[in-house]
Amino acid sequence: MMIDDSQRDSMFELFIFETRQLLEELEQELLQCEKTNQIEGSIDAVFRIMHTIKGSAALMQYRNISELAHAVEDLFFILREDKPQQLDTPQIIDLVLGAVDFIKDQIACAESKQAVDGDASSLIATLHQYVAQLKAGDEPVKEQNVMKETDNPGPEAPGYEAVIHFEPGCGFEDVQSFALINDFKQYATAIRTVPESFIDDEDGIHLIKSQGLKLTFQSDLDMEQLKTVLEKNAFVKEVVLTCIEDEGKQTVKSKPIIDLDGEIPQPVAEKETKETRVSEPKTKQSNGEAGVKQSLISVNVNKLDLLLDLVGELVISEAMVTRHPELDGLPLDNFYKAARQLRKITHELQDLVMSIRMVPLAATFQKMHRIVRDMSRKLGKEVRLNVVGEETEVDKNIIEHISDPLMHLIRNAMDHGIETAEERRSKNKPEYGTVTLEAKNAGSDVLIEIRDDGRGLNRERILEKAKRLGLLTKDESELSDRDVFGFILLPGFSTKEEVTEFSGRGVGMDVVVKEINEIGGAVLIDSTPDVGTVFTLKIPLTLAIIDGITVRVGKSQYSIPTTSIRESFQMKAEDLITDPDGNEMIMIRGECYPVLRLHQLFNVHTEVTRIDQGVVTMVESNGKGLCLFVDELLGEQQVVVKALPKYIKKVKGIAGCTLLGDGSISLILDIPGLIQMMTA
Amino acid sequence: MAEILDKDIEMEEEDTQKGKYLTFVVGNEVYGIEIRYVTEIIGIQAITEVPELPVYIKGIINLRGKIIPVMDVRLRFNKEPKEYNDRTCVVVVDIGEISIGLIVDSVSEVLTIPDEDIVPPPQVNKVQNRYIKAIGKVGNEVTLLLDCEKLLNDDEVAALSEI
Repeated sequence: MMIDDSQRDSMFELFIFETRQLLEELEQELLQCEKTNQIEGSIDAVFRIMHTIKGSAALMQYRNISELAHAVEDLFFILREDKPQQLDTPQIIDLVLGAVDFIKDQIACAESKQAVDGDASSLIATLHQYVAQLKAGDEPVKEQNVMKETDNPGPEAPGYEAVIHFEPGCGFEDVQSFALINDFKQYATAIRTVPESFIDDEDGIHLIKSQGLKLTFQSDLDMEQLKTVLEKNAFVKEVVLTCIEDEGKQTVKSKPIIDLDGEIPQPVAEKETKETRVSEPKTKQSNGEAGVKQSLISVNVNKLDLLLDLVGELVISEAMVTRHPELDGLPLDNFYKAARQLRKITHELQDLVMSIRMVPLAATFQKMHRIVRDMSRKLGKEVRLNVVGEETEVDKNIIEHISDPLMHLIRNAMDHGIETAEERRSKNKPEYGTVTLEAKNAGSDVLIEIRDDGRGLNRERILEKAKRLGLLTKDESELSDRDVFGFILLPGFSTKEEVTEFSGRGVGMDVVVKEINEIGGAVLIDSTPDVGTVFTLKIPLTLAIIDGITVRVGKSQYSIPTTSIRESFQMKAEDLITDPDGNEMIMIRGECYPVLRLHQLFNVHTEVTRIDQGVVTMVESNGKGLCLFVDELLGEQQVVVKALPKYIKKVKGIAGCTLLGDGSISLILDIPGLIQMMTA
Repeated sequence: MAEILDKDIEMEEEDTQKGKYLTFVVGNEVYGIEIRYVTEIIGIQAITEVPELPVYIKGIINLRGKIIPVMDVRLRFNKEPKEYNDRTCVVVVDIGEISIGLIVDSVSEVLTIPDEDIVPPPQVNKVQNRYIKAIGKVGNEVTLLLDCEKLLNDDEVAALSEI
């Protein structure tokens, strides 16, 4: 019972994962087509993807998905086989994207354990209609093709004959047969089928149903191998394989009856070259595709997390062994030599594990193409998306957090930033707007910029609104542009008067900030009127390992992420300013910062309570500063971030914990949280 | 009564561990917890204090790379705190998805207490025995059988953690 369930779960997970990937790939392919306005090059890819989705959806018993996929497959089958002359590429792309959206929706339902029962019938009907339309236009051509092919039965005798029976009621016997033959092509040559034509041919399908699909072919494989190859196809119930005596199997002139590469049948004169041409794509496939597939495996993220944990432990136990107090003062030259080697290897291992978790931003960025496309259509603005630096890598768990913010920002840029075509013309700008998505490394951070060449932010309007909402705390003239633009990141702040389908509700921007803050990042805004706006997301490379300064307060140790530390210094008692409420602060270079005593905050007993005895560390987040008072600084080291045990839930000011070299635990301070707590 | 029924159902699943209890001493009493909750017993370790927690959660410890919270059962039961010594043990239990260490005065033994020797706790109009699920009779002694879920998931814990 248990095993069945878990098996099903893992199958389900795989299905979701795989289908998602395929859909993304498909989207890319289609958008590419749209750019070039040519669909020919992608027909095979679309067909293959839809076929896979159909198969796995049928396996998972999502009928609506598999039927829809089948309808799309039908369409592309016609495209591939008949090569209709006048193709309405945009319409086809719309149809397929509609199907993609439907499947995505359904998968989202499945993932959240809702019923997968969306109604695809209207989509399917549209697809069928279109297919019928195409067929009506191209019928004569198709018949000719078939005739030509069937009129040329090769004189040579084939090596084997196989009769394949499909599972009764599996449906789509024609497509199953086609898929089977397509797959089988890499093992055999000169494949002929009885019935000779079966795609969309009622009689043919009926024949396959009643008597099975009969194949005759030549192959270098032996009977057993052939049987396995044929049987591994989906829905195959039985394969009867017989060897036929052959006289002329060396004849080169043999030619598959069904031209599986979708090539236009060649005149007889060219037939001699056919054999080699057929095998050409096959080798290409095995070199290219198989090569890529074998060098990649997908691994459950949990396993990677576990591996990271183990390596973290290894690093710690290495330190515990090699710096064991009992070794002190012993002359152990060789031991230390070996220990150094061990340390080197463990650190290499740690780096490697970290690099495994790094994923390029490409997949996330590519998703944005689709959003830009849909938005441009709906808004009636022509916008081009420019992607730079998509190979930049960040940690897997960070990627998950930046997809939504990016989407919001791009929508915002297109809706509010980019002007209408007329407006742009009057400003001497190109009619199409450009949104640039750029990622680059900056130390231990990654910067992602979303740039538009639109109208820019309106300082006056933002100020006006901020005043109305009572957000102004300083005089207007004291606010820098960045401060002013920062207002739009606050909840409920939207200068756009009308609410559109995509933006203007004032949600969104604060969601962006929240998500980015959650992963320890920041959002910066720059804007120039009529030149454009730049949103910069500053995000850490990884959440799992940070550079931290370890500080001591009483007997407790705390780690502060190095990236948020601005400076550390010793303070004179007379520099401390105390206001009537007992709040302490310090003036540094003309600016006043609050002072937070960690021992008071965390209620830790310490001898160091006088401000001039300990050390003050100034930390910063989102442009705000805070001075932390600690007993002493212990040193800087890379720490592996671990979450606090679930039971403890959330503690104010603590972001997590980490293990230090001696096995003791240090708490990692949540600097943005502390600053918010002190300044709010 | 419903709890006892629940327990019975759970016990059936864990046939080999059925009726087995780990007993430990806190103050003058002997307590027992079902063996299926227990993952290991370790000596007292360096505890890292975590702010804002109830007093009986002493902090977190490093259990071979895994970080778990530790609860002082003495303080949980509102008894006087006592210095830890070499008899002090941490009983690591897995309850649901939570791993937690229970600091106890000392660990005694693993006992098999048949169902017929287990009686429900007396109905006293005090809140003190809310962590006691049942009372087991072993010879002339009694063992207080703890309700682990209640030990962990108490309203006051929830309230305190949400501050």
